[in-house]
Amino acid sequence: MISPQGRPGGSSGAGVSVGSTWSDAPCPVLVVDRDGGIVEVNDAARALLPRAADAGRLPEGLPDWLADAHRRMAGGRDAAHADPLSGAIGDRLFDAHPTPSSDGDVVWWLIDDTDRRLAEETLRSEQERAAILSEVSSTLLSSLSLSHCMESTARLAAHHLADAAVLIAPAQGLSHPVTSALADGPVTLTTRAVDPATVPGLAEALQGFPPVPTRWIDPGAVPSWAIPEGFKGPVGSVIVTPLPGHGIPDGALILLRSDAGPAFTESEDGFARLLAARAGAALSAARLYDDQARITAVLMRELLPPALGGVHGVEYAGRYRPFQDSERIGGDFYDVHPGADPSQESLVVLGDVAGKGLDAAVLTGRIRNTLHALLPLAHDHAYVLNLLNAALLRSPEARFATLVLASARRRGNRVRLRLTSAGHPPPLVLRADGRVEETRTRGDLVGVMPTVSVRTEETVLAPGETCLLYTDGITEARGGPLGGELYGLERLERDLAGCAGMPAEAVVERVHMLAAQWLGQGRHDDMAVVAISAPRTGPLAVISGYADPHNARKRQGRNS
Amino acid sequence: MTDFGNATADLRKRLWEAVLDGDAYHATDVLHQGLDAGLERETLLLGVIGKVQEKVGREWAANRITVAQEHAATAVNERALTTLVPPAPAPPSAGPNRSRGRGRVAVACVEGEWHAFPARLVAEVLQLRGWQVDYLGPQIPGPHLIAHLHHTQADVALLSTSLPTRLPAAHAMIAACQAVGVPVMVGGRGFGVDGRHAGAVGADRWAPDARAAAAALEAGIAAPGPRAARQVVDDLPHLADQEYTMVVKSRSQLIERTLAGLEEHVPAVRHYTDTQRERTAEDYAHIVDFLATALYVDDAGLFTDFLAWTADVLDARSVSARCLVPGLHLLGRQLQDFPRATILLRHGAAAVAARPDSDPEDSP
Repeated sequence: MISPQGRPGGSSGAGVSVGSTWSDAPCPVLVVDRDGGIVEVNDAARALLPRAADAGRLPEGLPDWLADAHRRMAGGRDAAHADPLSGAIGDRLFDAHPTPSSDGDVVWWLIDDTDRRLAEETLRSEQERAAILSEVSSTLLSSLSLSHCMESTARLAAHHLADAAVLIAPAQGLSHPVTSALADGPVTLTTRAVDPATVPGLAEALQGFPPVPTRWIDPGAVPSWAIPEGFKGPVGSVIVTPLPGHGIPDGALILLRSDAGPAFTESEDGFARLLAARAGAALSAARLYDDQARITAVLMRELLPPALGGVHGVEYAGRYRPFQDSERIGGDFYDVHPGADPSQESLVVLGDVAGKGLDAAVLTGRIRNTLHALLPLAHDHAYVLNLLNAALLRSPEARFATLVLASARRRGNRVRLRLTSAGHPPPLVLRADGRVEETRTRGDLVGVMPTVSVRTEETVLAPGETCLLYTDGITEARGGPLGGELYGLERLERDLAGCAGMPAEAVVERVHMLAAQWLGQGRHDDMAVVAISAPRTGPLAVISGYADPHNARKRQGRNS
Repeated sequence: MTDFGNATADLRKRLWEAVLDGDAYHATDVLHQGLDAGLERETLLLGVIGKVQEKVGREWAANRITVAQEHAATAVNERALTTLVPPAPAPPSAGPNRSRGRGRVAVACVEGEWHAFPARLVAEVLQLRGWQVDYLGPQIPGPHLIAHLHHTQADVALLSTSLPTRLPAAHAMIAACQAVGVPVMVGGRGFGVDGRHAGAVGADRWAPDARAAAAALEAGIAAPGPRAARQVVDDLPHLADQEYTMVVKSRSQLIERTLAGLEEHVPAVRHYTDTQRERTAEDYAHIVDFLATALYVDDAGLFTDFLAWTADVLDARSVSARCLVPGLHLLGRQLQDFPRATILLRHGAAAVAARPDSDPEDSP
């Protein structure tokens, strides 16, 4: 039974009990009998479905979905419909809740659901857009590579918004880098001379003018170069939006849809601009990083420690670790200047500039250049050091440095060494039998006193013997198993003794490794080591690098 | 095939003699004779140089060669290796140059890893197979690796470590690579002989050897999505119990107290020289590091395997591994409030105590 208050009730007849309450119900209510005859309609239903109310019989004036539902219900099928039925009536959406009765009459309650649906729709689309923007941002944030960012922008824009996306980067010379992507298709990067004026709105976008609304752009006017290969069908609608950069536009994004699908809406036009703003910020950051990285790489090249190897029958090896692991350069430096021929001495320099980081590195560059200029005088270490001292005293920065000069020349299978320390830890000599000798050269550091006085020591390395030059970053490494303990000269000498007979390369690696392991995760100063060795075996021509002449031909074709 | 098999066996024998002798010239000669005999470069790299290097490690562990010999042999072997592979062409600068052959990969060691040889071999094999390889070597700080990836747009980063104790560092490096959109393949004994720790630290792939690494690259490795940017604890939720953190933070203290306890309980330790005491401290530093790593990846086997290996090394040097037991108990007492650490130390001590005492007859 259905009560006049309209609550779904028992199983007895419906129509008879319908009283005045029905007509007052705020939602449309219809009572329909088994045969489709309309028994009763309230005012709200009459206003909504005037034709049905007048006709008094289904399906006249009722939407198909509702008429079908009643037929099913009256036929005894779907008697216990779990989900509410729903459909459009006019331009609004309704849920229909049937209340059947045993005599076959059905009371249909129609609940207007349009606003909730609209709200849900809007929420869903906003959530989708937020998710898209978040994906775009995190994808672009993860990369500082410009081409990678352009690729990602085109790919994501095509995937989420269009059938194809084309990103035009600012001109490099006469041509523009062009990145195009098909929705879920390949991304291609090319550099080509294009005329922005040929795409409506593109020239404006590249110059940073406000974007031209999508409805103003004639899809037929898009030139073929701006349509990616494989795009299906003629262009149906176009968005051209600038990619805002740091003050100047970082290019423009063209979005294309084929005329087979829906055109871009105003709201999508706005969303595309939002996406372009995110992409533009990321592209500008990547461009800035790219520029900075290139500048740094060029400037750094001169300051990086050189690769060492064999020169005129003497083996050299060096290792360097800057104070900050994020830097590549610092206040320690070394160089090997080969003699003009095997009869001439080669000059090895290892030094330590007061201070750390970039400032110190810049000064090492100056010292290295000065010493390079003074090479012709290298037979007199004291004279070279005094000239360097004078140059440092004249420089505006009050900085000083300690260094070791070593002149090496091979005689027979031995290596003669002249060693001069200017305020630097004296080099160690590792003899073939594992003895470690501390050399006795002493001297003043450079850059402080008007003159520098030094004492040069000479020594000879027999085959397999090594002279080790090091900076105090090694001996002053703090750490060890118990933490906070100095590595110290004693440990260095003991560990060096264990390197007897090793080639120069292995000695520096082992010393460097032991000091670094001692340090563990601790903070440290710059560390540099250079080993000078008399080769144990082998002829004068020291092997190093690729030495396989009969395969030189193969080399050329490789990896090209 | 058999001819080549015999040929490689012969070359291995001769290369081993040359590297043990510290003779780079001879070592290079041996390899180039192999080339002249028609052996492939890859065969020489993996079947000769790689095998000889494995033997270097085995012989050291068995105390048949000294540390100095090990280093010298490795240096010679590496020098010989560089003469075998043509130098890479100068890498093109970064840019929209995607039209390259196989693609570009970066090969590096995990921070703090000094054994660069396996990574080097992988790099050379990949280069032979047509990949553009940037070999960054050992001791590359994480920020440099990431800057390199940004700059070169490598398709894949390959990280190697032979030391399980580098797993936490590997984890951080792997997550950093993935956060910039580069997938990571790992290799080396540090990830376990079967690679079982590779997944725990978030690697996209694990390769047991150079050929498998090449095959995996050829099959392709998908780039990680934006979700790859994450905290390490997201991969290893057990880290929230702070046991790993506490053990690492109190490392020096744990070692110091263990040494003090040993001096109290083991009479022989009282008469140690400074050097002996330092060596003992270093041994316990290793034990604590492995304990911390086992807590990090939550794998008891990692700790017991290390203890078994240490015991083998000690046996080879005619030292009874049972000397480790009191130290493990002392550590356990200090960490009794940490249930995972306590279980690891208890099992470890039991495993060491259960070893048959080393027979002096077996020791060389």
